[in-house]
Amino acid sequence: MILLKPVFVKLILTNLGRHRIRSVISVAGIAFSVAAMLTIVTVLQGAVGMFSGILSSDSEIIVFERNVSDLFFSSVPAGAAAGIASWPMVRHADPVLFGIVSSADHPIITCFGVTPADARIRKATWIAGNPTSFARHAEDIALGERAAEFLSAKLGDEVQIGHGSFHVIGILRTTNGFEDGGVFMPLDAAQRFFHKEGSSSVVTVKLADKDEAAAFKNMVKAKYPSLIALEDDEFSRTYSQFKILKATAWAVGGCGLLLGGLGVANTMIMSVFTRIREIAILRVNGFSNGQIAAMIFGESAVVSLFGAGVGLVIGAVFLYALKFIPALHGYVDATIEPAVVGIAIALALLTGVAGALDPAAYAMRIRAVEALRFE
Amino acid sequence: MRAADVLPVGTPRVALRAEKVWKSYDSGAIRVLNGVDFAAVAGQTLALCGPSGCGKSTLLHLLGGLDEPDRGTIAVNGVELGRYRSRLALLRHEVGFVFQLHNLIPDLTLEENCLIPTVAAGTDRRAARERLRQLTSLTGLEHRLGHKIQKLSGGERQRTALCRALMHRPKILLADEPTGSLDEQTSGTVFQLLLDLTADEGLTLVMATHDRALAGRCDRLVEMRDGRIHEPDGR
Repeated sequence: MILLKPVFVKLILTNLGRHRIRSVISVAGIAFSVAAMLTIVTVLQGAVGMFSGILSSDSEIIVFERNVSDLFFSSVPAGAAAGIASWPMVRHADPVLFGIVSSADHPIITCFGVTPADARIRKATWIAGNPTSFARHAEDIALGERAAEFLSAKLGDEVQIGHGSFHVIGILRTTNGFEDGGVFMPLDAAQRFFHKEGSSSVVTVKLADKDEAAAFKNMVKAKYPSLIALEDDEFSRTYSQFKILKATAWAVGGCGLLLGGLGVANTMIMSVFTRIREIAILRVNGFSNGQIAAMIFGESAVVSLFGAGVGLVIGAVFLYALKFIPALHGYVDATIEPAVVGIAIALALLTGVAGALDPAAYAMRIRAVEALRFE
Repeated sequence: MRAADVLPVGTPRVALRAEKVWKSYDSGAIRVLNGVDFAAVAGQTLALCGPSGCGKSTLLHLLGGLDEPDRGTIAVNGVELGRYRSRLALLRHEVGFVFQLHNLIPDLTLEENCLIPTVAAGTDRRAARERLRQLTSLTGLEHRLGHKIQKLSGGERQRTALCRALMHRPKILLADEPTGSLDEQTSGTVFQLLLDLTADEGLTLVMATHDRALAGRCDRLVEMRDGRIHEPDGR
């Protein structure tokens, strides 16, 4: 295997060493592309994970209106929610109404209309107030810790949310950035506030026995044809907003890599042009087309893999740093999935190889006789 | 094998043969070889002489498989050269080249430059190193193995090029003005080395040169003019 021959490896590395600045620029191009891809994909996947976390809080199935593109537009009738909750196979079913509200200086605050029995209320850490006081009055709200911070609100304060004024009866801490920056309203109050009386956006369901998920889904389909029930994993895979977000993340990252690939292509074209005579010498000494191409691809692979390695380190450091930015607290999940790392490396390598295709083809066409006259 | 190649016992074997070879460049605008007929006997040292542009280098390139004739045939050790594959095999096993400019890779060491043909041919590494040791010993370069090409003198570079050309144990050595870039004294030394190695290894040497004195030390002198062969001394 020629790739394992020290002289062949040296031929690859020597050329990179000859043009150090050009090599560094190419590596940097790939590195920044990989770092961008890693950061964007990880942040967005983290966001998707957090949103999934909201939906799957102490539940394993989500019921919502069939054929809606966004859960904010979903409408599940209160009768259906109550009906589902009464089924023997259901341990508990919690209707949740999502809404977007605004306050001074904060145009977007996520609002959760929930019942006092909801796990989001029961299982959160109340750093001020008491969960038993939730939903006693329609004007009472609980704030996520970060929402209380940016609204400068304390327990007992009156805060202006949208067109209404509300009384803060609790501040709670969660591990989820969206919930931590959100407002929790009693479900009835939220329905009136958002003009969605008698409905919720979703119903999150915990079954007495997980194995009954298929039977539950079939029952929903039979009894409420306008609704659909999906298990949490199934929902995360199929929800169009998540798919759009993930596709966008990969597309943006891919564009970054494409730019990096163009850098590699440029480097490899220059590399071939500056070593035409050397390629001719190798030809005279018996190098085949394949061996010449392997040398060019080897060079681009080294640039790509080195760039990918550097990019992964930069991306990981950047993601780690994002966690410490107060404004992003809780919104960034910096857990890097091995699959994302693998895909980033594979794409970088693929980009590098693609960038070397034309230069390698050119190198294979170099005729020794003419090239030996090349100065 | 063709009938013409079946020779009576005692008849010298033809190592290289060119028959009615034509070559031109720029879509026929520059005609370099005009129906060349040429043969070199195995083990013979042969000098191709002639003015610049008469086609010496072109003929060497064709004989070594670096280029293809427009018309005519080239045969090496009785085997007619076809297209890519046979020419590649020729470069890897049958033919070694030495040029006027050493054509070494400057960033590699002497050792690495010499190992290039063995890398291409996939020669066993131990055998390649043994061969390198033998050749550098014969050419007096054993103490320069780890030196980069920039650190070598002109004579050493040309001797390195000679070592590299012989690394894969070719049967034919094609040399294009091998001493053309050297001073007279170094030129004489390198040329003697070339002849000695050729004799030791039993090679066929075809050398293009302007230097009549050097050409006179070969077994046979062939004159080229206007893309055709003339043999002035009948040797």
